[in-house]
Amino acid sequence: MANLKAIRVRLSSVKSTRQITSAMKMVAAAKLRKAQDSIVQLRPYADKLNEIRAGLSAALRDTEIENIYAERKKGTGRVLLVVITSNKGLCGAFNANVIREARHIMAEKYGEQMRRGDLALMTVGKKAADTFKKLKYNIMADHSDLYTALTFDRVAAVADRLMELYLSREYDTIELIYNQFKNAAVQKLTRETYLPVTMETDAGEKSAPADYIYEPDQVSIISELIPKTLRIQLYKAVLDSFAAEQGARMTAMHQATDNATELIRDLTLQYNKARQAAITNQLLEVVSGAEALNG
Amino acid sequence: MKIEIITPDRNIYSGEVRSVRVPGRKGSFQVLKDHAPIISTLEAGPVIMADEQGNELRYDITGGVIEVKKNRIILLADSVLQG
Repeated sequence: MANLKAIRVRLSSVKSTRQITSAMKMVAAAKLRKAQDSIVQLRPYADKLNEIRAGLSAALRDTEIENIYAERKKGTGRVLLVVITSNKGLCGAFNANVIREARHIMAEKYGEQMRRGDLALMTVGKKAADTFKKLKYNIMADHSDLYTALTFDRVAAVADRLMELYLSREYDTIELIYNQFKNAAVQKLTRETYLPVTMETDAGEKSAPADYIYEPDQVSIISELIPKTLRIQLYKAVLDSFAAEQGARMTAMHQATDNATELIRDLTLQYNKARQAAITNQLLEVVSGAEALNG
Repeated sequence: MKIEIITPDRNIYSGEVRSVRVPGRKGSFQVLKDHAPIISTLEAGPVIMADEQGNELRYDITGGVIEVKKNRIILLADSVLQG
């Protein structure tokens, strides 16, 4: 029979762990609500911007636009991967998934660039930064500090930096890897090309785009809109990842709290059994002792 | 006319207005009722609106895009300066 004291110590340790995990779950739930609000706030802006851009692209369908963000025929072939993870752990496989995908891409799709040393990483989130630093990958920048205050202006500054790197021909392809937020329990691992920009022209354009007055003119408007949409795209990715992180943490901590509760039940049962056994033993000793004296 | 001023972070203003003056790329211009449909990029500068009661409202934006269509104005501002 297990030692009573050992069980008692174990029980109190599991109880305090449960307290921590259930508190973390509450905190994650509160942060998740805030993160979801930011995404909801962003949506009308992003939708309208895309609508205007799609309308313009449709109007300009036949004209060849000089687009500095478009694909280059001759380039250096250098690749930049932007890996977005979280700063903190305890959120299940959230970070591991992103890191695994990034390593997979580097080994498969960009294996050649990897060998030539033409591949660099930009990390957002300490988890990716630490992992890839340890593995001695080429990290050109780390923006983990974005999470201290997640505002559009700060993310936009990073987006501007990425555009600059692309325009200065430092890199020919920039890809994002992050967790997309589906709902509190589901994150979707996403990889998307950030630059070059592909101009999607809505084939089934419903509103006649021709009846607008454009000021200054269509081409300059669209070239001004592209950087705006790119800033929004990065901001959305970071917000998505942040919300997904909170969701993943909430789920992981919920799971941990449930496990702790189960463990506490088992331990309590064990403890009571041991206690009863000890009492029975003592009773037996007292009774048989008295019996011996009377005998 | 109905106007919405939106930034990526939040909804700045939405409501009925009589007139709006915005800092267009080719110079400041005013939008009144039944303005022709227009899409214009905006520079940094003040957005001055007169609401239904004739009160003047002012927001300083750092740039953006405006779309006017059928007495419905949507102003996407990059950011709005406080104060």
